[in-house]
Amino acid sequence: MSLASFSISQEDWTLHRRGQIDQQRHQEKVREAIRKNLADIVSEESIITADGDKIIKIPIRSLEEYRFRFNHNKQTHSGQGNGDSQVGDVLDADLEVGTGTGRKAGEEPGVDYYEAEVTIDELVELVFEDLGLPNLEPKKDPELSTEAVTFNDVRKKGLMNNVDKKRTILETIKRNALSGVPGLHPIKPEDLRYKTWNLTLNPQSSAVVLAMMDTSGSMGTYEKYLARSFYYWMVKFLRTKYHQVEIVFLAHDTQAREVTEEEFFSKGESGGTRCSSVYQLALEIIDERYDLNTHNIYAFHFSDGDNMFSDNQLCMELIGRLLEKCNLVGYGEIRLDNDSEFASYYDPFYSMPVVANPYTLKNSLSEIKNPRLLVETISSKNDIYPTLRAFFRENSASIAV
Amino acid sequence: MLNAELQQLEKEITRIRDKASEFGLDFFDMRFEICPAEVLYTFGAYGMPTRFSHWSFGKAYHRLKTQYDYNLSRIYELVINSDPCYAFLLDTNSLIQNKLVAAHVFAHNDFFKNNWRFRNTSRWMVESMASSAERIRRYEIQHGRQTVEAFLDAVMSISEHVDPFGRAKKQPVTEKETLLPVSPYEDLWSIGVKEPEKTATKVKKIPAEPERDLLLFIMEHARDLEDWQRDIISILRDEMLYFRPQMETKIMNEGWATYWHVRIMREIDLSDEEMLEFARMHAGVIHPSRLYINPYLLGLKIFEDIERRWDNPSEEERKKYGRPGGEGRQKIFEVRETETDVSFIRNYLTKELVEELDLYLYKKVGYQWKVVEKDWEKVRDGIAESLTNCGIPYIVVIDGDYNRSGELYLRHEYEGVELDSIHAHKTLEHLYTLWGRPVHLETVFDNRKYLLSYNGKNPFRIAI
Repeated sequence: MSLASFSISQEDWTLHRRGQIDQQRHQEKVREAIRKNLADIVSEESIITADGDKIIKIPIRSLEEYRFRFNHNKQTHSGQGNGDSQVGDVLDADLEVGTGTGRKAGEEPGVDYYEAEVTIDELVELVFEDLGLPNLEPKKDPELSTEAVTFNDVRKKGLMNNVDKKRTILETIKRNALSGVPGLHPIKPEDLRYKTWNLTLNPQSSAVVLAMMDTSGSMGTYEKYLARSFYYWMVKFLRTKYHQVEIVFLAHDTQAREVTEEEFFSKGESGGTRCSSVYQLALEIIDERYDLNTHNIYAFHFSDGDNMFSDNQLCMELIGRLLEKCNLVGYGEIRLDNDSEFASYYDPFYSMPVVANPYTLKNSLSEIKNPRLLVETISSKNDIYPTLRAFFRENSASIAV
Repeated sequence: MLNAELQQLEKEITRIRDKASEFGLDFFDMRFEICPAEVLYTFGAYGMPTRFSHWSFGKAYHRLKTQYDYNLSRIYELVINSDPCYAFLLDTNSLIQNKLVAAHVFAHNDFFKNNWRFRNTSRWMVESMASSAERIRRYEIQHGRQTVEAFLDAVMSISEHVDPFGRAKKQPVTEKETLLPVSPYEDLWSIGVKEPEKTATKVKKIPAEPERDLLLFIMEHARDLEDWQRDIISILRDEMLYFRPQMETKIMNEGWATYWHVRIMREIDLSDEEMLEFARMHAGVIHPSRLYINPYLLGLKIFEDIERRWDNPSEEERKKYGRPGGEGRQKIFEVRETETDVSFIRNYLTKELVEELDLYLYKKVGYQWKVVEKDWEKVRDGIAESLTNCGIPYIVVIDGDYNRSGELYLRHEYEGVELDSIHAHKTLEHLYTLWGRPVHLETVFDNRKYLLSYNGKNPFRIAI
């Protein structure tokens, strides 16, 4: 019998990067998917309550490799005990069982979706990639600044992309001149010069944001949750993107008061609603503390709009005065749909018929025609993200001169 | 690896090869390649070193590599069914690890060469996958990466649905050919039978019989596909037909390789230290799990059990089956040639083995996963069933002109286990991309028949 032959070889695999390259493509797709799902992700309750550096897991359906497969939870599987297993034994282990399908049997975990791990801060970056404070105007004594990159140094070592061609050629000429053979002969490695950069703070202007929230009894837990979600992201956004921006927190029912950030995000109130009270307070605070010549002022207010009818007229007047002082006034009205996901998800008894009330604050405000006033309706979790985008679209409204 | 180490390894592998041949293993020529972990894990994720590029392989690679980096799992080797047979060894393997792997790999090679399911697999798949990958790369340049990727996503979603015993590649049958008598005497059969009325208007049903090869059907009948798209379908189909026998014989193949690495290693001289390391590795390979069947362990145990029973048959077996005894070796060689996992389990997983290995079936009861079956026959049948069609739902094409408007009607051949409905709907969306017209899938949820449909805009589901 002739023996089969064999050989052993060892090649240089250093350039073999297919796995890494496709892995990169996969990661790109993860980011794409996160971006597509932001509206969902932004309103996740677990995110709102988490710290910035905490890693959260985001389920991403679009990265699943879909195929016809059995419902894992309704299938019977087989396993092996230690020798004394009985019918009725509970397998407590984590059940990421191989489904036995796929090219390599038994290697596909039975997870339902791909989970991307990101930190809240990374997510914040994605959420606010192209957002900014609208209508920002340069003011005196700017406190507000953004980071900028400036190339302002030249060094002998650096990244190939940053080669400073002009200086490199000058070096070559210099070297050749010194050696007695002037001219632009081959460029030697020691001639290379690289540009390098510094991060500089780019002062823009100072800004203050007045965050106003209706905490009256008519604002249910879920309405408050929606308003707080918005403000959570707003605060994150402002603190990520701008080095210094002041945020003033105002809560109101029939009366308004300034509260701490912690109180703003945690306390529930009760009582009736008089929105004019908070506008009044906002105007007082602006007059007392902020010079219009040095500050960009933004005012946001969230309410369910069930204002005392008699108060609406006053509200309109006060909003008019706010508009004179502010770069932007945003009003978000939370009107839950009858069939909003909350109705069925949080509380089956919640879904009392919401009679379309023509007298909500929103209706009154919509009579004001001013590009610096933005009015949005929020009827479910999914509206938070679009509202954020609407309020923080850079230069959204042209500034009326 | 240093030259001296390579020479040492070559010497050892020669001994292993000779021992394997002595035992009667019969294999193709062997090419061992030594490579770093990144490369080995790439091959593991792609299924083949030369395969085309796709993000899902990157995802698999990432998972394998992470598990390796965190010391959770380790691939020591990878073997490729080809002639010559390729085996990739990890460059960080110790000599003893490489010895075990080599012994294991020679047995895989023998299995590829001799098991009946591999008779018709292409032994040049390394080369043909390389050329397919090259073509796909060209399509990416011509049609854009995103376009090709989206199309690959769609084809891959149904790439498992081939007919492993179907036609290699069907030429479209013309009307004339089907009417042609098979032999000159064929017309004798129709003597006395009334000539069927020529109904020219009658529309021929496509397919005539339920068609299992979904990929082939789409490749041949989808109306709006371009040539490059049909080519990609055919590439993925060929690859699946190549991988399929490996999926069907996982337990046998791993069991066989494990059986032989033990025997070969016992016969070659090992130092005490090596012996210990070998025992440790072997124990890792055959470690049982509460949540799945370890194919290395189960396959090994069944082969050993067969050998024992044919070597020393019981009184009953001697009489009833006329088994003389002493035929163990011969019998396992026969089994490795003639079975696949399903028949291997059905024919050779005995009551004693089920009990000895403490095998059971479990499922979700309420919120808990519980052991639900210990009866050996039910356990055996349960395992065999889960391996049927490689654990892939059986889907057939019923009609390629449903509603008389060219829609695609598929049927899930329901056998008691429901489909994952989210996956089903999403896969229909992919199918729509390929078929270009509305697609429907008949299946069963909660003992009721449903038709899942996708029309390009909305998925919907109706009871039928």
